[in-house]
Amino acid sequence: MAPFRLEARNAPSSLAKWLAPPLAAIAMVACGFVLFAVLGKDPVAALHAFFVAPVATRYGIGELLLKASPLALIATGLAIGYRANVWNIGAEGQLAVGAIAAGGVALALDASGPLVVLPLMFVAGALAGALWAAIPAWLRTRCNANEILTSLMLVYIATLLLSYMVHGPWRDPEGFNFPQSRMFAASALLPVIVEGTRLNAGTLVTLAVVAAAWLFVARTLVGFEMRVAGLAPGAAQYAGVSPAKVVWIGMLCGGACAGVAGVNEIAGPIGQLLPSVSPGYGFAAIIVAFVGRLHPAGIVVASLLMSLLYLGGEAAQVALALPSSITGLFQGTLLLFLLAADVLIHYRVRIGARTAMATP
Amino acid sequence: MIDTLVGIVALTLAAGTPLVIAALGELVVERSGVLNLGVEGMMLIGAVAGFIVTVHTHMPWLGVAAAIVAGAAMALVFAIVAVSLQANQVASGLALSLLGIGLSAFVGQPYVAAVVDPIKAINWPPLSSLPVLGPLLFAYNPLVYVSVALAAGVHLFLLHSRAGLVLRAVGESPRSAHAIGYRVLAIRYAAVLFGGACAGLAGAYLSLAFTPLWSEGMTSGRGWIALALVVFATWRPYRVLLGAWLFGAVTLAQFQVQAAGIEIAPQLLAMLPYAATIVVLAWMSRDAAAIRRHSPASLGKPFHPQR
Repeated sequence: MAPFRLEARNAPSSLAKWLAPPLAAIAMVACGFVLFAVLGKDPVAALHAFFVAPVATRYGIGELLLKASPLALIATGLAIGYRANVWNIGAEGQLAVGAIAAGGVALALDASGPLVVLPLMFVAGALAGALWAAIPAWLRTRCNANEILTSLMLVYIATLLLSYMVHGPWRDPEGFNFPQSRMFAASALLPVIVEGTRLNAGTLVTLAVVAAAWLFVARTLVGFEMRVAGLAPGAAQYAGVSPAKVVWIGMLCGGACAGVAGVNEIAGPIGQLLPSVSPGYGFAAIIVAFVGRLHPAGIVVASLLMSLLYLGGEAAQVALALPSSITGLFQGTLLLFLLAADVLIHYRVRIGARTAMATP
Repeated sequence: MIDTLVGIVALTLAAGTPLVIAALGELVVERSGVLNLGVEGMMLIGAVAGFIVTVHTHMPWLGVAAAIVAGAAMALVFAIVAVSLQANQVASGLALSLLGIGLSAFVGQPYVAAVVDPIKAINWPPLSSLPVLGPLLFAYNPLVYVSVALAAGVHLFLLHSRAGLVLRAVGESPRSAHAIGYRVLAIRYAAVLFGGACAGLAGAYLSLAFTPLWSEGMTSGRGWIALALVVFATWRPYRVLLGAWLFGAVTLAQFQVQAAGIEIAPQLLAMLPYAATIVVLAWMSRDAAAIRRHSPASLGKPFHPQR
């Protein structure tokens, strides 16, 4: 006999829906407390070093927003698809091809002014990301192939393509044989918007996209159709919503946003093409989308939390001598706790033995 | 000439083995109606657990046992969230993969440059030294034989045993199985744990026999390819063997091309297995009716007796 049992609610609880993410975050921090203690660190000091110290300075706040920006951007795009049960999990690859395309534009044209180069980079990045996402969309609508697996396989291909470009055609001839492109000229770099930080104009792009996505989801017919297609596929189809259209819109939005995030990275903090242009933002954004409840406002908050996990991981490396991969550990734990807490949306948890009434 | 062919067959089987083991495990899970996308994470945990235990004990088979337990432990986390608490299975599986990638990198970091006593290929003097037949049949890593035996075992269990019939019933119609008194959730737990144990074993094969070393993310997508193989095999065990060996051959092709002195960047060649997965998946899935006919009817749908 299980120590607890689940009793179905008559209607989903919206309170539980919005309470689950903070509960999951608390559970994650509690897990961190135990983990640090087990590793022989003073847990309170370690948690402070992980979650507080990185954002105690103006520069730190800038870094928090800088890393939250690609996460929020990608998650916003993915959430449009996820609402409609279109599972694009290849954002990491779409980000990489966005960076490749924008990097190509920058390397070819950065001798001209920023008003020419930067907009072209964004267009190229968005198109490339969308194109990369179009492959799983086409395979799904045309061949019925599962988009989860195809979009993920394309992550490996995109990463290898980026690696090929910086090892081969675009390698900096004066770069001491390192696999990297030459640094972009200033005209291909996003201007810093807050002095004393690395926070750049890319964050404004993110905010604009998040606002546009909210309008699209909440205020347009197509956005409404996408939601219906996710909640009640049968009803949507009966009402004339084409399932293929839903897949295409879901995939292309995610791909374009991830591509733009790739542009923000190379035109922002990186400033050139490297074999890796993202520390797993494309995958972390999946978690951000879920923790943010697929809602633009929730996603912004969740992206700040996830960004803090990245900063904490870096701080843990320096202050606590722990590998920075602890970030991935926290991220995975957070999502699992969230999914577990989501049970409260549809069920009440009853502790103790079954009563006669509840027996089906 | 014949020696080259035998060599290619042997290397193909060696490269296909982790896919065979992981895909068979996932096949059983999916036949019970549960979709666990966490194979990549469970494989990595198995690989790192097996490696660490072997580094400390110098007993590779103890490492294999540890990998099996570690893979099953990861699967237990998934089962609690996705089977008991009925979370979205796609999201739970992704979470498990992300957790496995992070956790394995975290605990494995001190072992990146370590060396282990690997599991060696068998050598039975009279048989292994036979011409052609020796290297073709009697000179593999023991885990290669285990993978073939596993395929036969899963086939017999699923299609020719009463317990297998019950497991399939749970995957097709959990409500009916529940109504006639089978414990749907317990059966799904057992299937998920078996899948985790297989993924752990597949990981151990990589870190203790195939490579043998530990590096971050060393499965490089094999867990995901194993998931695609289940579709390729249309949920039938013996076809997993064929599919996995086919992929072994594709993996091998990239080294053959390089050895033949053809000038292609290694990064472009390394794309082959992933591109092949996409092509094969699209090819197999194009007949939607056939996929529907073969896939477990309740795949991915949580079950709660009250709903």
